[in-house]
Amino acid sequence: MITLTDTQTIDVPVQSGEEDRYHLKMGPQHPATHGVLRVDLDLDGETILTCDPKVGYLHRGFEKLAEHRTYAQNIVLTDRLDYIAAMSNNVGYCEAVERLLAIEVPERARMLRVMVCEMSRISSHLLWLATHALDIGAMTVFLYCFREREVLLELFAELCGARLTTTYTRLGGVRQDVTRSIMKKLDKFVEDFPACIEEYETLIDTNRIWLKRTIGIGQVSAEKALDLCLTGASLRGSGVDYDIRKHMPYAGYEKFEFDIPVGETGDTYARYRCRMEELRQSNFILRQCIDMLPPGPVLGKDAPDLVMPIRAANKLEVDVPAKNALITLIEDRDVFMEGDIYVATEVPKGELGFYFISDGMGRPYRMHIRSPSFIHIGALSTMAQGAMIADLIAIIGTLDVVLGECDR
Amino acid sequence: MGKMNNNLVQIADGIKFIPGASAIVAPLNKLINWGRAGSIWPATFGLACCAIEMMVAGSSTNDLDRFGIIFRASPRQADCLILAGTITKKMAPVVRRVFDQMPEPRYVLAMGSCACTGGIFDTYAVVQGADEFLPVDVYIPGCPPRPEALLEGLIKLQEKIMQEQGRWSNLV
Amino acid sequence: MEQLGIAEQLREKFPGSILEIITHRGQVTLLVDRKDIFAICQVLKTDHQMNHLNCLCGVDNLKRTAAHLERFEVVYQFYSIDNRTSLRIKAQIPESDPSIDSITSLWTGANWLERETYDLLGIVFNNHPKLERILTAEDWEGYPLRKDYALRGDKEWKGLEELREKAIRLRQYDFYGAQTEQE
Repeated sequence: MITLTDTQTIDVPVQSGEEDRYHLKMGPQHPATHGVLRVDLDLDGETILTCDPKVGYLHRGFEKLAEHRTYAQNIVLTDRLDYIAAMSNNVGYCEAVERLLAIEVPERARMLRVMVCEMSRISSHLLWLATHALDIGAMTVFLYCFREREVLLELFAELCGARLTTTYTRLGGVRQDVTRSIMKKLDKFVEDFPACIEEYETLIDTNRIWLKRTIGIGQVSAEKALDLCLTGASLRGSGVDYDIRKHMPYAGYEKFEFDIPVGETGDTYARYRCRMEELRQSNFILRQCIDMLPPGPVLGKDAPDLVMPIRAANKLEVDVPAKNALITLIEDRDVFMEGDIYVATEVPKGELGFYFISDGMGRPYRMHIRSPSFIHIGALSTMAQGAMIADLIAIIGTLDVVLGECDR
Repeated sequence: MGKMNNNLVQIADGIKFIPGASAIVAPLNKLINWGRAGSIWPATFGLACCAIEMMVAGSSTNDLDRFGIIFRASPRQADCLILAGTITKKMAPVVRRVFDQMPEPRYVLAMGSCACTGGIFDTYAVVQGADEFLPVDVYIPGCPPRPEALLEGLIKLQEKIMQEQGRWSNLV
Repeated sequence: MEQLGIAEQLREKFPGSILEIITHRGQVTLLVDRKDIFAICQVLKTDHQMNHLNCLCGVDNLKRTAAHLERFEVVYQFYSIDNRTSLRIKAQIPESDPSIDSITSLWTGANWLERETYDLLGIVFNNHPKLERILTAEDWEGYPLRKDYALRGDKEWKGLEELREKAIRLRQYDFYGAQTEQE
């Protein structure tokens, strides 16, 4: 045993060169990778030398499957893309197809779409905050966030029958009108939610551990963020003011008043602040939705018949047109115009783009999904280089990725 | 002896507690099953959409802890594998490896349509049902199942465990 | 229209490469030859401030016929955050040599998108730093998004077949599997 006096020092042998390097495979079964992400790491001690994310463990062949289904049937698939914010995906898909096929959407349906989009943005950000905080070590935030998230999910269930996989939108409108009970519950939620945001912030905003583990971690400059094709809060945290709701408004977002929170430093803390501010803005948009919701139908007159035939015979509240365009006229080449379109929408994770090629048939010839998560995980190797291994978890968390959307 | 019998408290089917003596009288088979059913430890293993509902089931609204169910991050400490989500062909060998790491007794729950049958994803990349390569004990339908459905599935698993005969030795 | 102006400028700059300018639903598409694709993207990025790469994907044109259409095409969607204009480029690639220059040195984010296109359609990107399969397994055979590939796959991936055999082999070590074997 060595005993040290004041004057004595001890030389700790420092490994140099290859001896201290090792290779670590993290995932696909790992609690902090938010699904089935695998990351291959080359480490020097605790410093990451190279980081190589491996994806595809949830590749289900969306794009191939979409080519074999009609435009209307594909709405169901979009739920399973970003299953945390399925409503946003439904809206993004329908906005794209409606522009491709030139289908008009009634005003009330457009505003309902904005409403469900913002509800899903809140629920997605709550899940992000819960898991991000859980990864960094704040367990309590998880329980608080899920409390509010449950309210929203139950509202979705009341609106369309499912909590996660909603399939709420239809080409040319939405499936069902809101009921008074939903509006009443939503009104209460919007009333209470700002206090809840403050509650989360008291838990972590000035928490020393939280600050140490987020400030300066995963820093990306504005140029680098654009180079990496980042979008959403990950790009805005670096100071680039790019939000599709303002740049290319869809579903009537131009009628709403809201701000786009933009960070400066581009680190994990800046992105956290951006998303917290987005929660407030979404709540503000929801308030405007409740106040401004116009009366009228929720499914357009010229909308393709997408309601089940048995429903049409029973004459429910939706007035169903006689033609059954998408179901019977699949082989008819004159129904749809040939051409292609790219329509992007702002989902909680970033920019969700749908690129369609139509060859005039009832099924898309090619559907490409530009998913934000795929590109964000692609940026991981650049962002994690040189970081400590413990911070990798924070960086994965701050990018807010969903593997279902990434692998498609 | 007869007097003592009157004082026994039945705490589960066939398991009796002697008040004051801190002792339990039960057939060994039932006692082991009772212990297992009351402490199912699933491995934290989310695959896709259903994993989110699994998280909800574990959070404050539907508390899984009251059933003695605690998620373990390592499969080596777990005795139940909840297959929550779509199993793709690329993922299938990994799922099997996680299952192989678990010690006996081990149980498998297929949660959701995808894990049961492949669901809507009848494509080149998806395994059509987890039972192609795993012995599944309980199937939970739904896309995704509500957290209550997962609870029901876990209760069904508990019932199944309670009916087992001598799953601790091949000699019984 | 600003997009058409950019398209015309590009046509002047690369007279041989721009095959056609198409406008559909207010979006402008340029059909281009693959040989100048890197230079065109570079000009768009530096001269026209197209600083955001929205989307990059491949298309198999096996069941589509039109003027200038080759077997494959790679679609680039650009957006200028400062000028708020967008433009789409479609580079045509013949079946005999499915390859095109990579734009990874212009946008690092294109790296994975190009890998994905290679993985699903088999289009090779020249000068790509790491062109490997990304979504499907490393030893996957065939390119799933090609039109002549069946939805359920042409033949079973051998990794899954091995797994099925392994599952049967390991059954004897399960509790109930071992019991039935004894009987």
